[in-house]
Amino acid sequence: MTVRNKFSFSPRLRVSIGFLISAILCLFVADISITSYNPWLEMGRFVGGMLAPDLMILSVVGKALITTLAFAFLGVALAAVGGFLLALIYHHRWVRGLTAFLRAVHELFWALIFLQFFGLHPLTGLLAIAIPYSGVFAKIYAEILDETSTIPQRTLPNGSGRLVALLYTRIPQAWPHLVSYTRYRLECGIRTSAILGFVGMPTLGYYLESSFAQGLYSEVATLLLLFYLLIGTMRFWLKGWLIPPMILIAPFMLDKGLPIIWSNVGRFFSEDIVPAPLRRADSLWSSDTWLEFVYWLQDILSTQALPGLWNTLVLSQIALVLTAILTLLLFPLVSRKLVSAKGRFAGHLLLIVARSTPEYLLAYILLQLWGPSMLPAIVALAIHNGSLIGFLIGQRSNELKLRQDTAVGVNRYSYEILPRIYSSFLAFLFYRWEVIIRETAILGILGIHTLGFFVDSAIQDIRFDVAILLILISALVNIGVDTFARRLRSRLRLTHHSAC
Amino acid sequence: MTAIHLTDISVSYDNRQVLGPLSLELKPGEIVVVIGKSGCGKSTLLSQIYDRLRHRAAWLPQDLGLVDTLSVYHNVYMAQLDQHSRWYNIINLIRPFSEQVDNVRPWLKRMSIDDKIWQSVDQLSGGQKQRVAIARALHQGAEILLADEPVSALDGPKADQVMACLTQQYSTALIALHDVDLALRYGQRIIGISDGRIMLDQPVQKLSQQSLLEFY
Repeated sequence: MTVRNKFSFSPRLRVSIGFLISAILCLFVADISITSYNPWLEMGRFVGGMLAPDLMILSVVGKALITTLAFAFLGVALAAVGGFLLALIYHHRWVRGLTAFLRAVHELFWALIFLQFFGLHPLTGLLAIAIPYSGVFAKIYAEILDETSTIPQRTLPNGSGRLVALLYTRIPQAWPHLVSYTRYRLECGIRTSAILGFVGMPTLGYYLESSFAQGLYSEVATLLLLFYLLIGTMRFWLKGWLIPPMILIAPFMLDKGLPIIWSNVGRFFSEDIVPAPLRRADSLWSSDTWLEFVYWLQDILSTQALPGLWNTLVLSQIALVLTAILTLLLFPLVSRKLVSAKGRFAGHLLLIVARSTPEYLLAYILLQLWGPSMLPAIVALAIHNGSLIGFLIGQRSNELKLRQDTAVGVNRYSYEILPRIYSSFLAFLFYRWEVIIRETAILGILGIHTLGFFVDSAIQDIRFDVAILLILISALVNIGVDTFARRLRSRLRLTHHSAC
Repeated sequence: MTAIHLTDISVSYDNRQVLGPLSLELKPGEIVVVIGKSGCGKSTLLSQIYDRLRHRAAWLPQDLGLVDTLSVYHNVYMAQLDQHSRWYNIINLIRPFSEQVDNVRPWLKRMSIDDKIWQSVDQLSGGQKQRVAIARALHQGAEILLADEPVSALDGPKADQVMACLTQQYSTALIALHDVDLALRYGQRIIGISDGRIMLDQPVQKLSQQSLLEFY
């Protein structure tokens, strides 16, 4: 133990300041502006529309609402089963690698891939949710099972069998945590399902986009309200006993969609995703072919991957730090230690709306209002994630025990509350970092030049080989950031929480 | 049943010897009580012995090892998981077999908690939980009982009653206790542990309350 004679910043504060400085530097190279011709007019129309929802559209979107739920239920159920089985063998290195990859590729990227060969078939939407979610479930379920006590298992008589021991000791202990996490994920699943409409699945997002594109803000208002109502009332209509029947009827609630053309599936794997120089070559073994391949790779890396990656990192760095700032400003709104009951009610309402709105949707709205630049994406990411973490931190602050004669106001915030919750705050933020990067990449589909932009353009040019390469690169970046965040968490000895 | 010889029992953490090396013999039909200050190595000793006797012993650890989210019935039934097929056990988890309920209930009656049979363990008090764990150990009916402070959360008469039950069901047992009276009443032989070593190993007849108190 070294004796500190002089004041110096703690490691946690030093890391925080490092992040802040990096984000400020990123601001200089980021493309931040409001480019729309008359943003105030557009925002005025939007607010006007929000105040006068058009209920006519309800008759049209009933079906979309059911489809949204059906995709979410089936996709999450499938993922829960798959993820659980993977969790049981999570100690294998290859399983950890595989699941890290499954969750590193964003749901919308999976959807874009499946759209190419399944077309607008329900399988596309289903797998786009089920695959990445099973990667998430595998990891979290394995962590939850790991945290259960091994003592009950030790008391079992010899020869009870592994499966029976698991069913009688580990799973019952983990059960409440497994259920609450799965429930939380179902909420995420509904959000994801709605967003899948933006790439053509017949869910809420589909109607949101078309209403938006036509500037019908009153319809947009109705759809958004419907969406909040759906998420906000979940705990009233989502009862445990309702889940099995809901999953059973869900498949019948999905349209058959267009038939799958199986030859497309075969062609996708045997031709479409094979790098162009190799696909076109007469001989795979000539040096010319491989030279071409190197040029091809070089070209994609220098004109698409690196610029996309740079923009993704710059944007996400700013978004991460803005998320942090917003979290620290927002959490007092729901903290019993800092705000009165009335204030907390309003705070909760604000945070529920903000965190129920998917980043993608928020970014889309802001992009319509402010025009294309990094700004809408940054603000969208910060609002969604800041209110999510703010809510969690606020809850944590409620558990603190303060002295009776403790300070009030800003002094209480800065001396009593903030120091006590700061490590939780950083832990949540670093958990969320990877999510922010993944979302940043995907927001490219909206026209911001992050990795998703180049993926989307490649798909529109029917160059799936390029798209797949870029998706792989973005997955690797996610895995890399996740690993780095985990190291940082353990270096700073941030307490372990289940992911948010 | 043959006598049990345990040799070279030894545990160390970070090069620090916390237990042994020591040897121990258990004769069939002998109730041995282990006493010693907390932290002297009693629990480590019992745990080590359990590792070697797994297939013959019923294990009652200090932290009980109950599954909080399952019912009292299931926690007790668990002691006989090895007696039934895998599918029988899985079905019983979802819908208990009445014949098994009939097997479990008498033990709960003797522990006076049969009215709680369908409650989940997390709703019970500390003393009730301990009695569930004891019922489980009784239900197992192995050759030997290894129990670490089995009555720590029970008051005088209850503790007495439970010790009587345990020693009646298990004629061979190794039990760690911190109550000198109980040790003298139910033990046939007493082992005193200090700093991870056996400092006393005598039949009860040769011991008095005074001679044991110095171990605390």
